[in-house]
Amino acid sequence: MLEIKDLHVNVHGKEILKGLSLKVPPGEVHAIMGPNGAGKSTTSYTLAGRAGYEVTSGEIGFHGEDVTALSPEERAARGIFLAFQYPMEIPGVTSMNFLKTAMNSQAKLRGEPELDAAQFLRRVRAAAKELNISEEMLKRPLNVGFSGGEKKRNETLQMALLKPRLAILDEMDSGLDIDAMKLVAEGVNKLRAPDRSFLVITHYQRLLDYITPDVIHILSDGKIVLSGDKSLALQLEEKGYDAVINKAA
Amino acid sequence: MSEETNTLQDLADQKYKYGFVSDIESELAPKGLSEEVIRFISAKKDEPDWLLQYRLDAYRRWLTLEEPAWARLRYPRIDFQDAYYYAAPKSDKDGPKTLDEVDPELLRTYEKLGIPLHEREVLAGVQERKVAVDAVFDSVSVVTTFKKELAKVGVVFCPISEALKTHPDLVRQYLGTVVPATDNFYATLNAAVFSEGSFVYIPPGVRCPMELSTYFRINAAKSGQFERTLIIADKGSHVSYLEGCTAPQRDENQLHAAVVELIAMDDAEIKYSTVQNWYPGDENGKGGIYNFVTKRGDCRGDHSKISWTQVETGSAITWKYPSCILRGDNSVGEFYSIAIANHLQQADTGTKMLHLGKNTTSRIISKGVSAGKAQNTYRGLVSVHAKADGARNFTQCDSLLLGDRCGAHTVPYIQSKNPKAILEHEATTSKISDDQLFYCLSRGIPTEEAVALIVNGFCREVLQQLPMEFAVEAQKLVGISLEGSVG
Repeated sequence: MLEIKDLHVNVHGKEILKGLSLKVPPGEVHAIMGPNGAGKSTTSYTLAGRAGYEVTSGEIGFHGEDVTALSPEERAARGIFLAFQYPMEIPGVTSMNFLKTAMNSQAKLRGEPELDAAQFLRRVRAAAKELNISEEMLKRPLNVGFSGGEKKRNETLQMALLKPRLAILDEMDSGLDIDAMKLVAEGVNKLRAPDRSFLVITHYQRLLDYITPDVIHILSDGKIVLSGDKSLALQLEEKGYDAVINKAA
Repeated sequence: MSEETNTLQDLADQKYKYGFVSDIESELAPKGLSEEVIRFISAKKDEPDWLLQYRLDAYRRWLTLEEPAWARLRYPRIDFQDAYYYAAPKSDKDGPKTLDEVDPELLRTYEKLGIPLHEREVLAGVQERKVAVDAVFDSVSVVTTFKKELAKVGVVFCPISEALKTHPDLVRQYLGTVVPATDNFYATLNAAVFSEGSFVYIPPGVRCPMELSTYFRINAAKSGQFERTLIIADKGSHVSYLEGCTAPQRDENQLHAAVVELIAMDDAEIKYSTVQNWYPGDENGKGGIYNFVTKRGDCRGDHSKISWTQVETGSAITWKYPSCILRGDNSVGEFYSIAIANHLQQADTGTKMLHLGKNTTSRIISKGVSAGKAQNTYRGLVSVHAKADGARNFTQCDSLLLGDRCGAHTVPYIQSKNPKAILEHEATTSKISDDQLFYCLSRGIPTEEAVALIVNGFCREVLQQLPMEFAVEAQKLVGISLEGSVG
């Protein structure tokens, strides 16, 4: 359960989020849509705990705990996962090695034993197969020379293996053609589970054709101005942000 | 100040694991440098007269030389009279015959360093292969393992002082033929006062059955270490050799001026790996080893190959250019280097590839990592002589900066007198970006581990060249060297 209460966030001294409140119960998929500059990326970075995104007031509650002051790695260990709009390249570090380091770091932070090499390999291979990711791709340096689709599939693979309780998908569809988007959405849909919630952040409605949300929120000027079911996305598509937001206000 | 420099700026305490001092009584030569001291060292080693003359000639020449000043290194003038040129554990009167006779304190020292001196022990590696070790403590060799097993295939692996007694002709034939006593200030000093080091001879057609390794430890205060290593790979032979080094944490600087000579005959191959972890000094630049080293390999025979791999993480000052003379036709020279400088460390390191023979090829991969206020310079020479038809070189110099108070410098010299030579040079300079760090953090990887992961990735091509037994250790070392380089 994610519960954001009246969140105010400054970036470089400028207030970007101006009283954001939001509740995402376990098992549900919520989408945040909004025009450029509404604070969508700020929302995802703030939830993941990025330095420079300063919470001036309000609270991020996660399964009954206030995580507002926690470091990004502590949040990750508690099950918050951010799928990046632009996943970073790390030259010389294979996807395999990165996955292993991430899984073991989280296990360590949670006080759990690390996986042995055989267990790890079995899990990675099974998850990679589901996502149509080849063994060869796992041996390549992380995201280096990956196509847009490969990068997003790799994000989904990380999600599948890290088993988060909250997955934030930041503009998951950007840079993808329809086929690649379908493949990624399929991967995400397979990961839907009663104890896992999703926050899908997107500018366009088209991704929501493939990942069906339970609730859609419209973010404008740093707060949620309207919430509704998936028909809201269609309204937006038809009338545009301005008309829908003005009507709400 | 940017967000990234905020994250990376706090260069704090680097933990040097090997900074302890062993409580061992030393026998020292009189302080300072003079003909008497050189005679003392030579007498201690019971050396033949030709070698004493070799030393004295070098000393007299050294007196006329000036310290080189062309490197990008800043340090106070070294007082060469304020050091001991010979230090030996007192218990080692006649040299221990077996491990049981070695001072237990010495054995404990190597145990703490993780160096196996008992033959039943092997370094923990994936395959648990055997590694023969020559352990040099200050100016003497403590013990050399697996000598008997190596002797079965004709491989000679022993301290150079012992080789002078058992294989005097071999030593005399090759000593100083790659790095002559007249070579440079520090090599000349070494020729005058060298006290220990390893000698390796691989007979024709023999593939050395195990990794050979020498472990150097400076312990005594105010002493320098001047080792001399000589490796000869005869026709069609193959050897992989590794050296490691550490020193106690002391406030004053200590001098290390080694000379390493490699000779590869026809079809022979020498792989020489170094994990240099001398005490680097503290975060304020106090103490640390001054490392002035001349290493050179001579591909004397056709189709011979010499490959240098170095992981340089220690020393306050590093001045080191492992080189290859590609004399034989079709010979190959390689240089793979990782140089990490943190705090106030200064490294000026690189290689020289001298193409003399036809169809000679060389490959240089250099990875420099700078953190804190460190300065890291790659200095290299690729030289192709007129007769070296078909010579090829590929050079890649990459620098990685952590924070905004350190420096990376690349000084490549390329000289070609042969119009048909093909020379390639690539260079990059990058920083660990804030985005990369956050990406790792968001996956649950804490900052220091994230930096170690990214730096290890940056160094991967070089780490892959290390013998498997040491690659894991080296990866950990990369992480440890940068401990405290991020806040």
